[in-house]
Amino acid sequence: MSENVTRPTDREQDAKAAILSRIRYALRDEPAAPEVPRDYRRASSLDHAEVVDMLEDRLVDYKANVYRETGESLPQRVGQLLGEAVTIVPEGLDESWIPDSVRTVRDRGDDGGPLTARELDGLGAVVTSSTVSCAETGTIFLNSHPDEGRRALSLVPDHHVCVVPLDSVVELIPEAFERVSHDRPITMISGPSATSDIELERVEGVHGPRTLDVILLG
Amino acid sequence: MTVVDLGMPGTRIAYGSGNLYEETPFPEHARSELGNQQMRANIGHATHTIRAKRGRVVGELPDWQDLRDAGSAIKQEVGARLPELLEQFEANVTARGGIVHWARNAAEANRIVTDLVRAKGVDEIIKVKSMATQEIGLNEHLEGQGIKSHETDLAELIVQLGDDKPSHILVPAIHKNRDEIREIFSRRMPGTGKTLTNEPAVLAEAARTYLREKFLDTTVAVSGANFGIAESGTLTVVESEGNGRMCLTLPKTLITVMGIEKLLPRFADLEVFTQLLPRSSTGERMNPYTSMWTGVAEGDGPEEFHLVLLDNGRSAVLGDPDGRSALHCIRCSACLNVCPVYEHAGGHAYGSTYPGPIGAILSPQLTGVAAEQNNSLPYASSLCGRCYEVCPVKIDIPSILVHLRDEDVRTKHGERDDAAAQQRSTVSAAREAEAAATGAQPEPAEHPDRVKKSRVPSEMDVLMKGAGVVMSSGKRMALAEKALPLGRGALKPFGGAKWLPGMVGGWTQERDIPVPPSQSFRNWWRKHGEETEQRVARDLGSTALAPSGPGEAPSSSLAGHIEEHAGWGAEAQAVIRARAGQSSGGESTKSSDATSTGEEQA
Ligand code: SF4
Repeated sequence: MSENVTRPTDREQDAKAAILSRIRYALRDEPAAPEVPRDYRRASSLDHAEVVDMLEDRLVDYKANVYRETGESLPQRVGQLLGEAVTIVPEGLDESWIPDSVRTVRDRGDDGGPLTARELDGLGAVVTSSTVSCAETGTIFLNSHPDEGRRALSLVPDHHVCVVPLDSVVELIPEAFERVSHDRPITMISGPSATSDIELERVEGVHGPRTLDVILLG
Repeated sequence: MTVVDLGMPGTRIAYGSGNLYEETPFPEHARSELGNQQMRANIGHATHTIRAKRGRVVGELPDWQDLRDAGSAIKQEVGARLPELLEQFEANVTARGGIVHWARNAAEANRIVTDLVRAKGVDEIIKVKSMATQEIGLNEHLEGQGIKSHETDLAELIVQLGDDKPSHILVPAIHKNRDEIREIFSRRMPGTGKTLTNEPAVLAEAARTYLREKFLDTTVAVSGANFGIAESGTLTVVESEGNGRMCLTLPKTLITVMGIEKLLPRFADLEVFTQLLPRSSTGERMNPYTSMWTGVAEGDGPEEFHLVLLDNGRSAVLGDPDGRSALHCIRCSACLNVCPVYEHAGGHAYGSTYPGPIGAILSPQLTGVAAEQNNSLPYASSLCGRCYEVCPVKIDIPSILVHLRDEDVRTKHGERDDAAAQQRSTVSAAREAEAAATGAQPEPAEHPDRVKKSRVPSEMDVLMKGAGVVMSSGKRMALAEKALPLGRGALKPFGGAKWLPGMVGGWTQERDIPVPPSQSFRNWWRKHGEETEQRVARDLGSTALAPSGPGEAPSSSLAGHIEEHAGWGAEAQAVIRARAGQSSGGESTKSSDATSTGEEQA
């Protein structure tokens, strides 16, 4: 962290004491914290195949393109989806997924440091893996693992090819949360970016990748 | 339960300031837009569309009510354990390399953010849509300090470039149509020129290109937060467009302003709220992007992270056992979309960052109900109860409205003098402070000590009679409600917008709402009038509930639960009975007690 970090002032420390004291005063009736009822579904009752079908359905509903591949057919699909695009590949990604035809770059600039945002903006696509996917909501979780890369990689390029290993697919949100760690940043992705801000008409693709290709692998 | 007054000084209760009430009349252009059919049509279209979508996706979940119960209980737990959770949260954010600041009020938060931005030596920042920063008026404040803040959410950008104000929590530019947006963009975005059409896709592309440069070049970002996790120090931002991800990931410095009520105890609690929020809010199974981060992540995102924890009246809200659940709000806006009053008045009319039913309870509680700018808001409702039915965290808005009306009536009767004086002085002090900061001449605010308290029954009293009489009878309640359209009808002879006679008078006087065309209001009333009868029937304990009338949006899947959850009426009456019991007992309010917390509760 840089040297000129601004630390809280004494005045802010006073503010903390004042706020906490206000809150304690506000709670002088000592309201009880209730037991939290967790009767909502926390474990799936579906077959795994049904769960995968549901994920595909929900992803398509939110305008992602979905492909089902095996380890063998995967590279060809990746090659076909990426075409001529200059593609950034996270350090930890399984290299066998990327065919030789793809023009790849790594997250290292001329100075040896990571690429700048502007450099990322000059790229065409990104390929990542993923940590867990929730079928019920059509949500893919990235958890900044080495095969997913830092957050900017899956954000700045306009085309995201995301590989979802079938054993990482669960039905429910609580099941998905069990598989992510808050120690690293988490990004939940449900379809390409979208806005409905203009007369509520949905427009796919504002700032995030406008094309989201999901490959169900297994 | 008896609440014991520990005799702590009343100054412990501090009300909020900022964009919680209107300071200045709307610009002329806003006035004409509000009155026009287009605005009404836009709002009507939007609320009905979102409401239908919400109904569909909520209906998909067999355990929706279980999720609501969990959400409500978690939020209650947060309120009850707030001091401890805040300290835990601060410790965890700090342990992970974040820097935590505390702000008592809007002015303090603005100053902290300004100092942080200045310390970075920049005069431009990018911003993610955030209600907290809008509440404190951060953009205006920064502007006054020579710092340009770029809103990056498409709707906020439209609002900002159009020198306008947001009108809806979720879709702030809901009152602008595509032609108006095209006009704003071509005027304010360099290089858009003639090629810009009014196609939403083309307009979105223009915004993408315009903002991409800002994302790549700007080194400081400011965001709000949807949730903060006490046990881990994790922060969460829920969004659609990717502008949030850009702001949270690309800049070197991130400053997040978060209201103290946004905490959740456990990381696992997100499994509840990430289900409740998007379905209630945009009517999607999940919003496109949700970002979570804990402090500073080495090599991934900002190198410096500041968190500003904001009180600004929240502790005062917490101090009222009958009103504190307003703090449970997760800002989904579902209550706006079902509210007949919101649909017809529009978001601007509430004069606060928080419009609609939640605004009608939250704004007056944050500023104190005696702040004249907000004391009429609790009347901006027909108490139809739909807001409670859709609220994902089960905030009993109608009962709180009734409670606040009662507070207001007691204030007007001089029964809450100390509280009232403090609430009024908070407003005038904030006004003077802001004026001092900008070097402007403060609006002459009446000195709180000189504000006359009316001990004469007002028109409102006659209608409300301490709320108890009216509310205790469904018939009479129906009559009171009917006074609303009559009041509107009576507008014409007086030539328009400035005031409405009768019980909604204060509301319009302060807010200057242009009159919605009377014809369509009557049409609307004719269509929905019979719902009053249903409400009456429900209040009287009748179990039969007529199906929604024609012209309703496809009724949400909650329709089947309406009876089950129509119990708010009973709660409201319990509140009223408790109040009635108190006043007949001749118990006077303790003068050291600035809110109602010193009273006996039912
Ligand atoms: S009060 Fe409830 S329904 Fe209204 S915005 Fe808040 S959480 Fe949503």
